[in-house]
Amino acid sequence: MQSEKFLSLFAFVIISLSISNYSYSIEPDVFVQSTVNRASKALDNKFSKEEKIKKLMEIASQTVDVNGIGLYTLGSYRKTITDDQVKQYKVLFRQYFLKSFSSRLAEYSNPEIEVISKKKLNENYTMVSSILVSTEKRPEVKIDWRIYTKNPENPLIRDLIIEGLSLARTQKEEFSSIIQSNDGDINVLFNTLRDFIK
Amino acid sequence: MKKFLITFLISLLLASSAIADTDGDNSLSKKNAGIVRDCFESLNRKTFALNQNLDRVIFKPVARGYRGLPTPIRTGTSNAITNISSLITIPNNVLQGEFKTAGVNTGRFIINTTAGIIGIFDVAEKIGFSKYIKEDYGQTFGVWGVGAGCYLVLPVLGPSTFRDTAGSFINVLGGDAWYNASTHGNNEYLTSNQYITAKLVSGIDFRAKNLESIDNLEKNSVDFYASVRSLYLQDRKQKIANSNSITETHDDGDWEEIED
Repeated sequence: MQSEKFLSLFAFVIISLSISNYSYSIEPDVFVQSTVNRASKALDNKFSKEEKIKKLMEIASQTVDVNGIGLYTLGSYRKTITDDQVKQYKVLFRQYFLKSFSSRLAEYSNPEIEVISKKKLNENYTMVSSILVSTEKRPEVKIDWRIYTKNPENPLIRDLIIEGLSLARTQKEEFSSIIQSNDGDINVLFNTLRDFIK
Repeated sequence: MKKFLITFLISLLLASSAIADTDGDNSLSKKNAGIVRDCFESLNRKTFALNQNLDRVIFKPVARGYRGLPTPIRTGTSNAITNISSLITIPNNVLQGEFKTAGVNTGRFIINTTAGIIGIFDVAEKIGFSKYIKEDYGQTFGVWGVGAGCYLVLPVLGPSTFRDTAGSFINVLGGDAWYNASTHGNNEYLTSNQYITAKLVSGIDFRAKNLESIDNLEKNSVDFYASVRSLYLQDRKQKIANSNSITETHDDGDWEEIED
């Protein structure tokens, strides 16, 4: 009798765990569609540009792995700078990224993005493919999203690849160029980011 | 003599491309030699600044004016220019071994030039032809395994590489049927003026289509020159790979090192 009760309890715990795992895991394509739907609402023409930027910053803070992108864009320099410099960089990069990202997107109004497929690269990454639907002013644009899925309950965007052009890679090469042009001095990059944030 | 000089220049550019590509590192660096090195960065930046000034004074205002034209006129112009570009794309499809695509593009060119009235209407698309993808001799060299060589910024023409510049020279050495017919055709209908006009309109059409995106990129870049260089080189890599698959053209190695 007691063993039956134990088995029932054990089965209940296992089922509950499976259900809870299942219900909290978010599929990368669903995550992307939900994020673009939120962004699309934020870009509604009824909002002013400042309101759009504020809303986009909020969405980006919740859905983009800003720290991960920051470290990626530092390239090999992330291995050579001090822990203090990394901390300083993370703070600056977050402000820079949110300003730059929201300012870029705020130019669009009511964009319609359709998720079309996904491809799991490995446990950590899934690529989600989508299209920005064409309008009279612009042709259809293909956008791929690199989603970091290490924590399936909280997927995060790590890169946008627009018509094959990676924004993270472009950013990385831009930062690398600034550091190299100044004899490897990372502080020049920090000052450049500070100027941009102002 | 002119042809000899151009041929010599192409050989030189391609030879340099092969040499510049032998060490296998793929970072964009002056210190670490890579697939595409910015060997002349100082000069390139000056040329880039010159091009930006030309853009502000000439190309951007002209592109804005062009954007003011009625949509059917712009669409027709853009279609006609795209149709002419098939004359470079088709031989490159063949040179890359894409015979089926060459056939499709030849059919598209014939239909659009006749039923589409010198390409003004994209009839082929309406009757279900697949999406047109431009090819050029720089891409073909890339497909053949020729390295990009050094990155270059050409006056007026903008970003390029040794390989892509060599590819452009092929156009005027007989590789572009439109150039041959208009400049050396010895006919009463076409002159080199038509060729130059078509090239200018093509540039203006491109600029007009990208007015906002280029402005946006410039406004949000901390090093606009480096952004343009990166985008150009990524775009060429994607085009040479002739692939729509993102995972085939993007190396994941660096991402794997990034943890939470």
